[in-house]
Amino acid sequence: MKTEIICSGFGGQGALTIGKFLAKAGMGEGLNVSWLPSYGPEMRGGTANVSAVISDKPIASPLVTYPDILIALNQPSIDKFGPDIKKNGLLIFNTDMCPHGIKRDDITIIKAPMNQIAKEIGSMMVLNMVAIGIVIGKTGIVKYETLENDLNGFLKKKNPELLEANLKAIKKGIEIGKK
Amino acid sequence: MAEKVLMKGNEAVAEAAIRAGCRLYFAYPITPQSELIEYMSRMMPKVDGNFVQAESEIAAINMVYGASGCGRRTMTSSSSPGISLKMEGISYLAGANLPAVIVNVQRGGPGLGDIQPAQGDYFQATKGGGHGDYRLIVLAPSTVQEFADMADLAFDLGDKYRNPVMILSDGLLGQMMEPVEFKPYKTEEELKQLDEQHFDWCMHPNEDEPNHHHHEINSLEIDPLILEQHVIKLGKKYDKITKNEIRYEKYNISDDNEVVVVAFGTAARIAKSAIDELQEAGTSIGMIRPITVWPYPYDAIKNVLHDKVKKVVVCELNLGQMVEDVKLAVNGKIPVEFLGKVGGILFTPDEIKAKILDKQGE
Repeated sequence: MKTEIICSGFGGQGALTIGKFLAKAGMGEGLNVSWLPSYGPEMRGGTANVSAVISDKPIASPLVTYPDILIALNQPSIDKFGPDIKKNGLLIFNTDMCPHGIKRDDITIIKAPMNQIAKEIGSMMVLNMVAIGIVIGKTGIVKYETLENDLNGFLKKKNPELLEANLKAIKKGIEIGKK
Repeated sequence: MAEKVLMKGNEAVAEAAIRAGCRLYFAYPITPQSELIEYMSRMMPKVDGNFVQAESEIAAINMVYGASGCGRRTMTSSSSPGISLKMEGISYLAGANLPAVIVNVQRGGPGLGDIQPAQGDYFQATKGGGHGDYRLIVLAPSTVQEFADMADLAFDLGDKYRNPVMILSDGLLGQMMEPVEFKPYKTEEELKQLDEQHFDWCMHPNEDEPNHHHHEINSLEIDPLILEQHVIKLGKKYDKITKNEIRYEKYNISDDNEVVVVAFGTAARIAKSAIDELQEAGTSIGMIRPITVWPYPYDAIKNVLHDKVKKVVVCELNLGQMVEDVKLAVNGKIPVEFLGKVGGILFTPDEIKAKILDKQGE
């Protein structure tokens, strides 16, 4: 099975990192993965976005045109990629930054106030981890344990508080995704 | 099996070059290639190597000339406009029979163009670019793994033929991350052997040899009769490379193929998606993906054109450059059509499918 994902948001919200963690976890579970960022002047202030593909077969084109999953951290991301989500696909978006949402009834939509959740956990840096949690809670595309291992690997010594905040955010996301 | 790491193409090729024994790297930054130079700046000091951010691309390629003249594995990298600046030095390297690796992470052109992926430097890489009768061995990767593996291959080919080798990549392969596995680092003993293979011609402080400092490394031959012999010898070397080093991938090639696609690098990846989707729908399309774009796999293309194949479709991220080589290979036997995208825009698998099925504009 092949899952094509676009993660998109303002530069600094961590959209590219969502794709990276999902791809890394997929690789850790023996799947084929690719991560292709948009790069260039649009990354500051505009929408920074990344195409991530996770597949059990070799990945031909890494460029995602019609995503199975769109993770939108801001409204411009929905406006840009929302219409291209595959029928029966999944849209996950951040209600704090997406006032208008999207009008489509042929896809599954999961909304969450990600800014607010991140704030409650105590670090705006983990906003993107809430989104990752929702993806794995809803789809099980990768396992929570794989992500936890990966995060442990480089944050446990460097910044244990941030590690805890990250894991909390993922767990909160999983809860939302499973609803 | 070595552990897989998720890495950008730019970083993977840098790591692979170090593992292949490159200890001298000179370059000047340019998007979308800058992660390569950044990686080298971090890692070269850790392996007792030398990293120089030169004052310009021209300076960097001439530092490569000097380092290669001393018989060492050396590399430079840039993106399209910077590669144009290096062309004089590349011609000198070729003229002086010097091995070196040059990585081009292509972006949109001509001129300063943009910073998105493109394949507009095909002519420059495969047909000249610099002046004079010379050839570069040109390798075109299509995955991050292949990009990394080509560092090793490029140094080996460069040493084997004493010829500069270009890795013709693009912004997509440079920027994207994929899992990659590396070969082990060369041992001290292996590095020593790499150096010693060049001792009969390079500059080196070998005092056991009486003429050690008299080796001449030069591309200037004022006497036409001497230059004539020099260029004829270069030509013989290029013939040998053409005979021995053609590489390509056959994808979904079978007796059922109705159309054959020819594409290299990033364009070939997108074409593979289109071919897979058409195969699922019951239409058989094969592809030849040149891995060396010089020497070019003319015969490989010619040999898959059996009677059922109606046409050849060439997909490139330019206005149509490799299509000329494909036409030479097909030699008028069947139609050769072209699908191109320029400006740093990529085609989608749907656009390639439409071209293959003659359904454009639907």
